[in-house]
Amino acid sequence: MNTMPLPPASSRPVLEVRDLVTHFPTRAGVVKAVDGVSFTVHAGKTLCIVGESGSGKSVTARSILQIVDEPGHIVSGAMILHWPDGRSTDIAQLRNRSRAIRDIRGRDIAMIFQEPMSSLSPVHTVGDQITEVLRLHLKLSKAAARARCIELLGQVEIPNPDKAIDRYTFEFSGGMRQRVMIAMSLACNPMLLIADEPTTALDVTTQAEILALIRKLQDQHGMAVMFITHDMGVVAEIADEVVVMYHGRVVETGSVDTIFHNATHDYTRRLIGSVLKLEQKAEIRLARAPLDDAAPPVLEVHNLTMQFGAGKNPFKALDNVSLIVKPGETLGIVGESGSGKTTLGRCLMGVYRPSGGQILYRRADGTTMDVLQADKPSLKAYQRDIRMVFQDPVGSLNPRMTVAQIIGEPLYVNNIAKGRALDDRVAELLERVGLNPDWRERYPHAFSGGQRQRIGIARAVALSPRVIVADEATSALDVSLRAQMLDLMMELQDRLGLSYVFISHDIGVIRYMCDRVAVMYRGRIVETGAAGQVCDAPTHAYTQALLSAIPRPDPRARRMHERFRYVA
Amino acid sequence: MSEAALGVIDAKRTAVASQWQLVWWAFRRHRLAMIGLVMTVAFYIVAIIPGFFAINDPSQQNPRAAYQPPAALHLIDTSGDGWSIDPYIHASVLKRDPETLEMIYTTDPKRKVELHFLGQGYEYSVLGLFRSRLHLLSSSNPREPVFLLGADRLGRCVFSRIMQGAQISLSVGLVGVFLSLTIGLLLGGISGYYGGCTDFAIQRVIEFVLALPSIPIWLALSAALPQNWPAALNYFMITVILSLTGWAQLARVVRGRFLSLRTEEFVMAARLDGASESRIIFRHMLPSFASHIIASITLAIPAMILAETSLSFLGLGLQPPTISWGVLLREAQNIRSIATAPWLFAPGIAVVLAVIGLNFLGDGLRDAADPYNR
Repeated sequence: MNTMPLPPASSRPVLEVRDLVTHFPTRAGVVKAVDGVSFTVHAGKTLCIVGESGSGKSVTARSILQIVDEPGHIVSGAMILHWPDGRSTDIAQLRNRSRAIRDIRGRDIAMIFQEPMSSLSPVHTVGDQITEVLRLHLKLSKAAARARCIELLGQVEIPNPDKAIDRYTFEFSGGMRQRVMIAMSLACNPMLLIADEPTTALDVTTQAEILALIRKLQDQHGMAVMFITHDMGVVAEIADEVVVMYHGRVVETGSVDTIFHNATHDYTRRLIGSVLKLEQKAEIRLARAPLDDAAPPVLEVHNLTMQFGAGKNPFKALDNVSLIVKPGETLGIVGESGSGKTTLGRCLMGVYRPSGGQILYRRADGTTMDVLQADKPSLKAYQRDIRMVFQDPVGSLNPRMTVAQIIGEPLYVNNIAKGRALDDRVAELLERVGLNPDWRERYPHAFSGGQRQRIGIARAVALSPRVIVADEATSALDVSLRAQMLDLMMELQDRLGLSYVFISHDIGVIRYMCDRVAVMYRGRIVETGAAGQVCDAPTHAYTQALLSAIPRPDPRARRMHERFRYVA
Repeated sequence: MSEAALGVIDAKRTAVASQWQLVWWAFRRHRLAMIGLVMTVAFYIVAIIPGFFAINDPSQQNPRAAYQPPAALHLIDTSGDGWSIDPYIHASVLKRDPETLEMIYTTDPKRKVELHFLGQGYEYSVLGLFRSRLHLLSSSNPREPVFLLGADRLGRCVFSRIMQGAQISLSVGLVGVFLSLTIGLLLGGISGYYGGCTDFAIQRVIEFVLALPSIPIWLALSAALPQNWPAALNYFMITVILSLTGWAQLARVVRGRFLSLRTEEFVMAARLDGASESRIIFRHMLPSFASHIIASITLAIPAMILAETSLSFLGLGLQPPTISWGVLLREAQNIRSIATAPWLFAPGIAVVLAVIGLNFLGDGLRDAADPYNR
C-alpha cells in the first residue's frame, strides 16, 4: 500500500457532473444554490471552479460528497465517478448515509476545507486523526498505519514527521495545519481531491507553498484536483480547466488560457477585467498632477513601539516604526498577518496607547500636537480630524441603528448638526458615496457588502476629516467591487483633500491606489518607497519574497516555481 | 442565513424593520413559544384580576363543605326539551357515616345549581383601585356554593384560592426578577464594561453568592423574619431574599454580553465618533443585548416562582392568611390529604403550567433574540 505513482492519463475522466441541481428550501422560497451545473474532472488535471460569493461553488463541491448542510438537498442530476478499472457509479443516486457513499468519502474523493483552524480536532494528536482514516478505509494494522502516517507527513513537507505525528494541532501554524489536512486527505490515495478555498485563510507566502505542494503531490499520485477559489491569480497559476460560476449556473467552461485571454461570456470578461484593473495604477491617479513634495507632513510617526503583555518576553507588535503621511497622499501599509499593521492603524487612531515613540499631528492651522501626550479634549479634536474605515462591513455597522443614525452619529455627538440639518447632511453624504438618500431609514441588513462599506466611508467623511485610516477596507469585498470602492475613495480624496493610510495585505489594491508604500514584517518597517518602485523593483529581500509569492492573473506568466523565500 | 431568519416578510418591509420587529417575526414562527406566550399572558391576566375568575370568596370558610370533592360541571343541559348550552352542577348533599362520623358527599341528580356567565357574586377589589361584584362564573344560588376543584379542610373553594394565589405567586416572580435585574445589570455592566480589577472583584463576589447553598440561606433568612410583620412587608422581604441570590446569574449574563460587545467594531466606531461613555453604553450597547436580557429574565421568573412555592410549602415563606400557591400546597403536606382529598394538589398543577409556559416563552425569546444571526 505504498505510493503507486500512476502515469497521468490525460484524457481519462474521473468525475462527470451532469445537470446538477441543489436547492435550499427556505420560508422565503427555494434558493437555487446550484442550478444545472455540468463539468468533467480528468485524472491528473486541475479543474478550478471560480465565482464570487454566493455563486454556488462551495455547494457544488459539497453536493459531490453529499455533505450539503440542511435543508439543502440534491434535486436532480448525475455525478458519475469512474474508477481506473472501468467501473463507474452515479454518486447522486446513493443515499447520503449509505455505506457506499461513506466508502467513497475519504477513500476515493477527499476534501480539504478553508478553515485549517476548525477542520481538525484540537483534542486528538495529528497522528490519531490521520491513522483513523487509514484504519477505517484501508484496514491497516496500528503499526502499519503509523508508518504510513509518518510517510504522509513527510510527503507534505512537515519537518520531523516522526515527532510531529504525536503533536496536537494547536501546536501548528495555519499553513502547517493545512498541510496536515492535505496529508489526511491523501491517506488513501484518492482519485479526486476537492479543495474548497484551501488557501484563502493563509498568507500569500504560505499560500504559494501550499499550492506548490498540491501540484507536486498531484504529479506524484496522478489524482484529479477540483479547486474552488475566488482568487483569479490562483486560478491562473494552477488551473488546467476553468469553470466560471455565477448565481448557481456555469457561465463559461474552458481551458485556463481561453478563459483569461479569449473569454466569450460577458461576466467572465468583466471578472477578468476587474482583476486586471488591480494589476496597474488607477487611471485617476495616473492623470493626477504630482503632489507637492515640499508640503509639511500631516502625520509624523517617530520610533513608535507597542508591546503587548508584561514580563520577560513582551510581544513587540510594533518595533521602532517611523513614517510620515503627506497631505493629499495615500500611504499604503502592506504586510502579512501578524506584521503589526492593524496595531499601527489603531495607534494612529489613538485607540491603543503605544509603549514608546511619538505621533506628531500638524493641524490645519499649521500648529503641531503630540498625540501621545495629548489631553482628552485635544485627543477628541484629533479624532475628529483622523477617521477610520473598518474591514468588516457587517461588524462595523450597528445592526440596530438605521443608516441615518449611523452616519449622523458623529455629527450628532459632536454637536455639529441636529434635527432637520442633520437629516440633510446625511442625505448629502449618502449621495456623495453613491447611495440613494431615500434609503437612509433602512437598517444595515438591507444592504449588500459593498453598499455597507460605502456607508462606513460616509460615516468616516461625515466630520470632514483630514486623514482616513482604512484597515483592509476592501478585503471583505468581491473583486469586482474592490476597484469601484477604491475609485470612490480616490474621488473623495481629490474632492476633500484627504490623506489615506491604507492598510492591506493585497499588493494589487496597494499598487492601484497608493502613492507610497511601507512594507511591514514582524512589527518593523522593512522598506518604504514610491508605490511603483516598491511593487515593481523592491530592494528588501522580504518584499521580493512577498511579491514573488503573489500569483499573477495570467496563465502565460506562471512564476510560482521561481519564487524567492525569505528566511529572517 | 439572514434571509432564512427573516423569512416570509418581503424585502421592502425588512429593509426598514427595527430589531424588535425582526425579533417578533422570528418569535412568531416558533410555535411552542407562541403557546408559551398565550399561557403566560393568560396566567398574568388571572393574576391581575383573580376575583373575576374566582367563584367563591377564597377566604370564606364553610364547615359544611370540608373536603368536599370537585363538582362535575355539566355544560349541556338535556333535561328539558332538546338541549341548550347552560352550565350547571348537581347540588351535593352532606351525610355523616353514623359509625365513623366521616363526612360523605353525594350528589342529588334532581337538584341543579346553574352557573351564570358574568353574573354577580361576592365583592372583591381590583388591584385596590375599585370594587366589583362581576364574576366570569357565578352560582345562581348563593346558598349552594360551587366547588369546581373541591374544597379544603375548612371548606374553602380550592379553585378560587388557586385564582387568588396566582396574584402573589406570579408577582413574586416579577418583583423578585426586577430586583435581581437591577442589581445584576448594574454590577454585571460595571464588571463587563470596565474590566480589570473592578471585574475581578465583582466576579469573586458573584462566585461567592453562587456558591451559597440557596435553600438553607433562604430558610435561615425567612426564619429570621418577625412573625408579626404585616403580610405586605413579609411578602416584600420574601422577594428581597429570593433576589439576593438570583441576581448573580443575571450579572453573569450581562457581563458576558458586555465583554463580547466591547470588542465589536461598531462599538469602537462609536468611540471614534466621539460618543461619550454613557452614550456608548445606552445608545450603542444596551439595545444589542436588551432582547437577550429579556429572554434571561423570562427564564429566571419560573425559578423565582418555584423558590417562593418551596419556601411557602416548607412554612417559611408567606404565611396564611396570605394566599399563594406554596401556601395552598401546605394543605397537601400529609398522607391523609393524598388519600382523602387529592384535589388539594391542584395548585401544584397551576405551578407546573405557569413554569412550563414561561419556559416555552423564554426559550422562544432566546432563539429569536438575535435576529441578525451573525
